[in-house]
Amino acid sequence: MIMPDMDSLAHPQERRFNPYTENGGTILAIAGADFSVIAGDTRQSEGYSIQTRYAPKVFRLTDRAVLAVNGFAADGNMFVKKVKQRLEWYHHAHAKDMPLRAIARLIQTMLYARRFFPYYVYNILGGIEEDGTGAVYSFDPVGSYEREACRAAGAAQSLVQPFLDNQIYFKNQEAAQGTSHPSHLPLETVLSIVIDSFTSATERHIEVGDGLEIFIALSKGRTLQGMESIRGLQELTVTEDGERLFVMRRDLKKD
Amino acid sequence: MFRNTYDSDNTVFSPQGRLHQVEYALEAVKQGSAAVGLRSKTHAILLALKRSTGELASYQQKMFRIDDHVGIAIAGLTSDARVLSNFMRQQAMGERMIFNRPMPVNRLVSSIADKAQVNTQEYGRRPYGVGFLVIGQDQTGPHLFEFSPSGNSYEYYAMSIGARSQSAKTYLEKHYESFADCNLEDLIRHGLHALRETLQQDKELNVNNTSVGIIGPMGQHEKPISPPGSFRILEGDKVEVYLQSMEKKEEAPAPVPAPASVPDAAPAPGSDEDVQMSG
Repeated sequence: MIMPDMDSLAHPQERRFNPYTENGGTILAIAGADFSVIAGDTRQSEGYSIQTRYAPKVFRLTDRAVLAVNGFAADGNMFVKKVKQRLEWYHHAHAKDMPLRAIARLIQTMLYARRFFPYYVYNILGGIEEDGTGAVYSFDPVGSYEREACRAAGAAQSLVQPFLDNQIYFKNQEAAQGTSHPSHLPLETVLSIVIDSFTSATERHIEVGDGLEIFIALSKGRTLQGMESIRGLQELTVTEDGERLFVMRRDLKKD
Repeated sequence: MFRNTYDSDNTVFSPQGRLHQVEYALEAVKQGSAAVGLRSKTHAILLALKRSTGELASYQQKMFRIDDHVGIAIAGLTSDARVLSNFMRQQAMGERMIFNRPMPVNRLVSSIADKAQVNTQEYGRRPYGVGFLVIGQDQTGPHLFEFSPSGNSYEYYAMSIGARSQSAKTYLEKHYESFADCNLEDLIRHGLHALRETLQQDKELNVNNTSVGIIGPMGQHEKPISPPGSFRILEGDKVEVYLQSMEKKEEAPAPVPAPASVPDAAPAPGSDEDVQMSG
């Protein structure tokens, strides 16, 4: 005979529909001098179950802007659609694409408009600014945002961000005597850091794995030097003048 | 022909069964500068003559992009055109969002036709004072539609609207059978010739007053765009190469020009074959 649960008789119960759920996954973006890298794993989960091994979380907005969304997948997917619609209205009105910092501000206003029933999404916007520099903007669910050199968000944020702080900002490490830390890292190094971040996160976090999708945005006129060795690189832009956008996919462990 | 008593109210028929307000709205379209549309098996194009109020003024925009797969040229009240094209953009975007596919062109044209019809039947509202030529591409290929403020829309192989558009229509009627197999450059050449027919005596087509809208695969003189085949507008210097490919204007337009009548100016890089105007 099991004792009845006396505790639950002590207070009234209320059942309500929970409009949000957590779908796991992790996203990451790193800005270089003339490029920007935006990555996300492709696993979508709920609790201990995997909903799908391939659900993209990183989306091309324009030839120079990429948005990664993480948190509640339904809100993330819908938010991306709405951002794309706003960008299309801008294009109709101005016959050109929206500059990156304007997209960042737009995202803030779109998120804050839902201050009292927010999009449960952590956004990271990456791409090329009007002045040709690589940029990363990160947001909270209600629109607080900031431009940074790098940011990780999602389930494995606590594993990845400290690694980035050490490898990108060189925190808690001293340069060798007589040298100083480089102010900007080359693309090959950044890609290695991204891939290592995800493989490590996959090892230790159950919600991360299956696949990795990496978008690379290049500034106008930047050569493809250093990218020849990357296998499976697919170009999304159609012309060679102007900013260029590439995507690459890698497998991650499926357990 | 006194129609005064029956023409101030939209909701009053004349004894002859006409709605004069609607007919006056069609007049507004005829006052706008000419626009020409034509299509082949692979492409649909629009050509428009831009007007300017004077030498100091800019040229009025005649063409609008609605979506990747739809574009329009307008004739008539530009303000009404903006409102209707905005509506078309909303419709097209909404369809993409809801059904995950581009809006079929005939459905899009029907949506503004239905919207315009409301203004011909409700008391106190005036009809829209603008007509459109709509080009688009969907699963059934390239299309050309005319929309008029009466609420009618109809599909065409070739059509023109606006001032002196009858002259363009005559040219199109003469040559339309050859359009289906034309390549893009020849199709544009036909369109420019048709548009030229609408010009007044001392005027000519130039890079400032000519606008070309294209749906379909990239042409010889074009750069790749994304997604491929999307609606694009060529204006300014981009139109020059096509203007150069036109036949020199003769006194009476000949049905089949001989090779000897190739223009004096150096032929543009793309037009290295004889001009084929028929067959």
